[in-house]
Amino acid sequence: MKPQRTAARSRVPAGTAAAVEGESANGRRKFLERSLGAAGALAAAVATPARAADPVGRDFPAWSTTPGTPMRGYGQPSKFEDKVLRTLTPSYGATSPGTGTSRTPLQTLNGAITPSGLHFERHHNGVPEIDPAQHKLLIHGMVKKPLVFTVANLLRYPMVSRTCFVECAGNSSANTLPKAPQANCAVIHGLLSGSEWTGVSLSLLLDEAGVEAGAKWFLAEGADSAAMSRSVSLDKAYDDAIIALYQNGERIRPEQGYPLRLLVPGYQGNMNVKWLRRLEVSATPMHTKDETSKYSLLLRDGTARQFDFELGVKSLITQPSGGMSMPGAGLLEISGLAWSGAGRIVKAEVSTDGGASWREAVLQGPVLPKALTRFRLPWDWNGAPALLQSRATDEKGNLQMTRAAWNAIYSPANRYHNNMIQTWAVDAKGSVSNVYL
Amino acid sequence: MFTYKCLAVSAVAVMTLGACAMQGTLQQSSVPGPALGRAATVEEVKAWSISIPPGGAGLPAGSGSVQQGMAVYAAKCVACHGEKGAGKPADALAGGSGTLASADAVRTVGSYWPYATTLFDYVRRAMPVNAPMSLTNEEVYAVTAYMLNINGIVPADAVMNAQALPQVKMPNRGGFVDYSRK
Repeated sequence: MKPQRTAARSRVPAGTAAAVEGESANGRRKFLERSLGAAGALAAAVATPARAADPVGRDFPAWSTTPGTPMRGYGQPSKFEDKVLRTLTPSYGATSPGTGTSRTPLQTLNGAITPSGLHFERHHNGVPEIDPAQHKLLIHGMVKKPLVFTVANLLRYPMVSRTCFVECAGNSSANTLPKAPQANCAVIHGLLSGSEWTGVSLSLLLDEAGVEAGAKWFLAEGADSAAMSRSVSLDKAYDDAIIALYQNGERIRPEQGYPLRLLVPGYQGNMNVKWLRRLEVSATPMHTKDETSKYSLLLRDGTARQFDFELGVKSLITQPSGGMSMPGAGLLEISGLAWSGAGRIVKAEVSTDGGASWREAVLQGPVLPKALTRFRLPWDWNGAPALLQSRATDEKGNLQMTRAAWNAIYSPANRYHNNMIQTWAVDAKGSVSNVYL
Repeated sequence: MFTYKCLAVSAVAVMTLGACAMQGTLQQSSVPGPALGRAATVEEVKAWSISIPPGGAGLPAGSGSVQQGMAVYAAKCVACHGEKGAGKPADALAGGSGTLASADAVRTVGSYWPYATTLFDYVRRAMPVNAPMSLTNEEVYAVTAYMLNINGIVPADAVMNAQALPQVKMPNRGGFVDYSRK
């Protein structure tokens, strides 16, 4: 009984008579035929003249002629969208079921904000269930007055919002493997999400504690059973870091750090420490496990970049993308996301010939710093094989790297900070696959 | 008149803040906070200060030997990290020496980690994965000593404590480039 009108329109080339069938009387009859099946359609056709005086309701689906369901306290997506889910990728199976990731289904979403329930997850030992009445945030170390804040107290502070992306440092790592994996956008690139985060400026709380001269770093530590801890430059605290309490207007969800998380826009995902319980101000970094043995970038010469926090300029076509089938030759919209840890996106370009030529896509506004930026470009596909790419430029003049340029810097074993250009191959049958170029 | 002036000033302040937010300018420390943080007690700061920097500040009293660590490892670690740190299902903890510049770089405690203090810090806060923060300080020292030993960094009769651990020179100590100011 699900109407197919929109889908039917999108499967035929624009400009043909069939393209507007859904709008016409003929289209409505066809819709009814599909809905009722052949026998029903025949009966309806035969009965039409005789039923000229019937109520108009006979030409409308059941949902238009019966009262709907009542209100509910918290809305849910349509049951027809129940396949739109995060892809779960636990790291160690039953050994540690809470360790691993779930990935945002970028290929099914549009716009620039990720629904909170589809925001990717990366946990190092599961999601803690924290009672906000018992949670506290300690600020200590090189401060004049070590302070403890309750959640209730923090909720009374003046708040600011940051609309920004959060991306795992290991996002797109599958595409650093020697052979191109055949997987969809979620699996390859889904450790990426965009939200509006609201909370208290970290600088405000640090000023209250009184940072001592000579302090240059702070350690952020989570209250989960992995006690994730990262050293962050104090400069970031006085730039744009916040203690986030809200995500997309509602209190942060448990898997995103309830009741509060650190938000450091543009930095490696795990530095946005969830379930934040402690900030220790110091002169030097702590060299924790997750800033030495992990989340450091191995280079070709065997040395490693440490404390390389900012995620590079990057873009990705999400529609069409790996695993999809083209709806047929004709006009369609190429759409994707661009972002940079360095600031605003100023340009997104699309190639349909593997980078031989580029066209500038339209950026959907508002274009915000360190935020996902949707780009769009109409494409009249002629049905021939094509190689789809996008590349972004940010306001600092950084241009997204090619695969060759990226590989020239990093070790083949490095799995972090993959911001190289993604290529989707479209074959003559319309199948879209992941390829290296 | 006085009230009117105050309101006008406030309105300008609000508008300025609004404009800043819209432009993405981020310096907010001029906004006054309600100063609701309470003074932390010495005891609660001490209890929660579990981070150990490379210099070893904050390392607790006590000690642990390689031999004691072997027993801790057999009881609490081997199921995930394998015999002598061979790995699977969790990370390998030993081996990989000399591989970092190769295509098949293997990063372990021995081949990659720059500081031995990080080992103590991480094991104490997060391991074993099914019961984090359940090991005694002596058990953490001991299993740290054992991991250093299976990587050939300390001898079989080594004992780790607050003085010895920061002195351990990790093989890849010079392998990291600080990129925070690049």
